Amino acid sequence: MKIIPDFAKGMGRTLKHAIGTSFAGEADTVSYPEQEKPRPARFRGRHILNTYENGLEKCIGCSLCAAACPADAIWVEAAENDPENRVSPGERYAARYEINMLRCIFCGYCEEACPTGAVQLGMDYKLVDEQGEQHDWSKRDSFIFTKEMMLVEHGKGRPDPLSEALDERLKENPDHDRVW
Amino acid sequence: MSLIEFLTNPYVLGFIKALVVFAAMMSMVPLLIYAERKIVADVQVRLGPNRLGPLGVLQPLADAIKLMMKEDILPAGVDKFIYYTAPFLAIVLALCAAAVIPFGPASWAVVVDFNHSLLYSLAISSISVYAVALAGWASNNKYSLMGSLRAAAQMISYELGMGLSLIALVMVTGTLSISQIVAQQNVMGWNILRAPTLFIAFIVFVICGVAETNRAPFDLAEAETELTAGFHTEYSAFKFAIFFMAEYVNMLIISALVTGLFLGGWSGPGVHYDMVTHTVAGGWPFVILGIFWYLVKIACFIFFYFWLRASLPRFRYDQLMNFGWKVLVPVGLANIFLVGIFFAFKNHWF
Repeated sequence: MKIIPDFAKGMGRTLKHAIGTSFAGEADTVSYPEQEKPRPARFRGRHILNTYENGLEKCIGCSLCAAACPADAIWVEAAENDPENRVSPGERYAARYEINMLRCIFCGYCEEACPTGAVQLGMDYKLVDEQGEQHDWSKRDSFIFTKEMMLVEHGKGRPDPLSEALDERLKENPDHDRVW
Repeated sequence: MSLIEFLTNPYVLGFIKALVVFAAMMSMVPLLIYAERKIVADVQVRLGPNRLGPLGVLQPLADAIKLMMKEDILPAGVDKFIYYTAPFLAIVLALCAAAVIPFGPASWAVVVDFNHSLLYSLAISSISVYAVALAGWASNNKYSLMGSLRAAAQMISYELGMGLSLIALVMVTGTLSISQIVAQQNVMGWNILRAPTLFIAFIVFVICGVAETNRAPFDLAEAETELTAGFHTEYSAFKFAIFFMAEYVNMLIISALVTGLFLGGWSGPGVHYDMVTHTVAGGWPFVILGIFWYLVKIACFIFFYFWLRASLPRFRYDQLMNFGWKVLVPVGLANIFLVGIFFAFKNHWF
């Protein structure tokens, strides 16, 4: 006969939740397109390719990200920099930088492998929304994101907790060698 | 023949009343579906339907349109006649039971009022098992057959408990007419309090009522987790919609019966029935008031149904059978005995 207090307890619990949800608006779900849940600071979304303040790309075309990628989703083709008209500060730059978003598992190993902090996983997760109506998603090729789609201006990238911490350290010690 | 004469002709009046009750019952169904989805969502701490219309009230309409537009599939190897008959049997029997519900304290507020309406409603609810059993049998599907086997076994066992609880009730009221039972309660107080052990009959009746309508936690006949959809696995489009509607109409009927038999029916503040003249004090506005009280009580009980569904897990098959035969039937029998003893002492038979 333990079943009776057990049932009463369960019914009480559900009633408490029902009252909380309907009168106090404590629903755990959100109306998605209008509202979004806050993403955590280290959220791994769609990739971005960072640039320096002077407009040069951080990527030096070393392909370490492609080597680190467990899903084999990254394709990098490097080219020599023209000293007159540089694309990146290093010897080489990425002439092609493509990520197949259908293969990508958003693990973030590319970001860890990158020596210059060029590729980062951004905060955006609505891959389809951002490319606009004219993008034909019925073709598999359209999921290969190119360099142009991922490049961001300096300071427009993700608010990186690590680089923010680095900025703090630079303020404290201006002689600190900022490698990337 | 004047219009009044025509309208008060018993056949014409009966037809009109039946039409009104039919329309009311069928228009309640989308309301109930919406209410259920919202209440279950609240219990599960989520928002529920909120896209179509203000607060999502048009969602059941969209569901209905979707079901009507869908392809009507006839699976291979079904018994065509029975396969098509079963859903209509379900809805027709559910609506038949609504005929004897006295919605208000006047003869025009009940479709047909006769002396053995309680027996009639028990009989109808017993026949309802045919709809489920035939649907499962005609579908030529193992899941459907399992579902309808379960439904048949469950309904037979729980019908017994329901009947036993009603015997105790009828011993107290001395009549089998539902409208008389409700009218008595307006004068004598609610039946649940009229004899010291009658609340046991109430509890047994409520449990059996939930089991009779195949609602959670007794929804073994359509247990999604094991039997895909049980007896209506092979039903699609509008035939499925009809099963769905029948389930909700059945819930309304059981709620109306519970409130009518145990919780005073249309009695409430302001409604005073005269047992001698068989009229309600104040005329027709108070009949409407009575209907309002009845609907309020039904709404409360329907909420209880949804709350139960959102709270309790489904019984296992052996637990269900044990509970029916080893708990409800003995309790119902003992309750008849106790009520008998109570009346024996009360009437000084010793």
